[in-house]
Amino acid sequence: MSEEPESDEPDGHEASFEDRLAAARDKQGLEAAQSGPGKSPDGLDGNALAIGMRVGVEMVSALVVAVAIGWGLDRLLGTKPILLAVFVLLGGAAGVLNVWRVFAPKHAPASGKDARAKGVRDRDARDKGVRDKDGGL
Amino acid sequence: MTETRVTKACVTKTGDYRVAAGSGSIDALSQFRLEPVLGPLGRELYFTQANLMMVIAGVLVLALMWLGARPRAMVPGRLQSAAEMAYETVMSMCVDTIGPEGKAFFPFVFTLFFFILFGNLLGVWTYDFTFTSHIAVTLALSLLVFVLVTFVALRIHGLHFFSYFMPAGVPIALAPLLIPIEILSYLSRIISLSVRLFANMMAGHVMLEVFAAFVIMLGGAGLLGIVPAALSFSVNVALIGFELLVAVLQAYVFAILTCIYLHDAVHLH
Repeated sequence: MSEEPESDEPDGHEASFEDRLAAARDKQGLEAAQSGPGKSPDGLDGNALAIGMRVGVEMVSALVVAVAIGWGLDRLLGTKPILLAVFVLLGGAAGVLNVWRVFAPKHAPASGKDARAKGVRDRDARDKGVRDKDGGL
Repeated sequence: MTETRVTKACVTKTGDYRVAAGSGSIDALSQFRLEPVLGPLGRELYFTQANLMMVIAGVLVLALMWLGARPRAMVPGRLQSAAEMAYETVMSMCVDTIGPEGKAFFPFVFTLFFFILFGNLLGVWTYDFTFTSHIAVTLALSLLVFVLVTFVALRIHGLHFFSYFMPAGVPIALAPLLIPIEILSYLSRIISLSVRLFANMMAGHVMLEVFAAFVIMLGGAGLLGIVPAALSFSVNVALIGFELLVAVLQAYVFAILTCIYLHDAVHLH
């Protein structure tokens, strides 16, 4: 009995099963939770507190690491304030990079010609795609 | 004076009689203090309640898997279903996120996820201590993840691993600026992974303690305080539910981020 719909599409067993599964889930109302009010059009789902917490952790952690490295290297090399100042700036940039990795738009505007943008975008898109699963924080 | 006497009799989460809301100040952090357990032997080894809870969490995970796997029934019972679901959830997490290579990391991710999950959940229970609310514990866990991820990347890709810090096609002139930023971003995983778990668990338990202290302080303030005390109590009831959610979610987040980092290590770009 269950072989019948699969024989319609000899090349797409997976797709036909996925379709049937989606239809069945739709009928049972199981998909409502995913397309419900939780997701806003800009892709920032979850509540504001979770987003704020996440951004804060990402930014501060990069800064903490940078300050620790800068301070340690300064102590080691005896160049008291210089490396700390440099690493604070780098750490801020790394923090922004972390936040960008989390919240980068999935479909970045297509410029195409630039291999660098594409390389960064590909990785960001992949990071974003996987990270979407982790539910907010 | 009478309110101080009432507040002094309150029992904090760690189980001994302590001033949680005495003389107008709320002592929300003493619940995280480590104290030796198991009498003189525990004091000798400095075996604290955190260590005890870790052992209990480990034993509970082992018990779940051992007792769940023992019947080997074709139609699983409740415990076997739970064990199978636990196995399949983590297995699909590994394979979906890391790829087919993820099977190799399943034991690690499974152990990590269930150790943290049981630690978080045990902490919600009254009188229990939450060992994941200590940054020393979460930092050790995230360092373990970080070292493993770096080791795996070096093992698979060798020195080619360092190309991770240089996105493809970047002009060489930008390298001195970009590479340190990428390295810092990579290193910041240790902090963000550990702080996320630690901050969530600690904040939740501080909130519980603060609202519990409100109940006692307001309840001791006479007739006028009864209504706000009841409100604080209902907030605490809601917070317990919220804590259950956070406990599961944070264990999941820790495990899925570990999987994402392992994916990066296995595939680089």
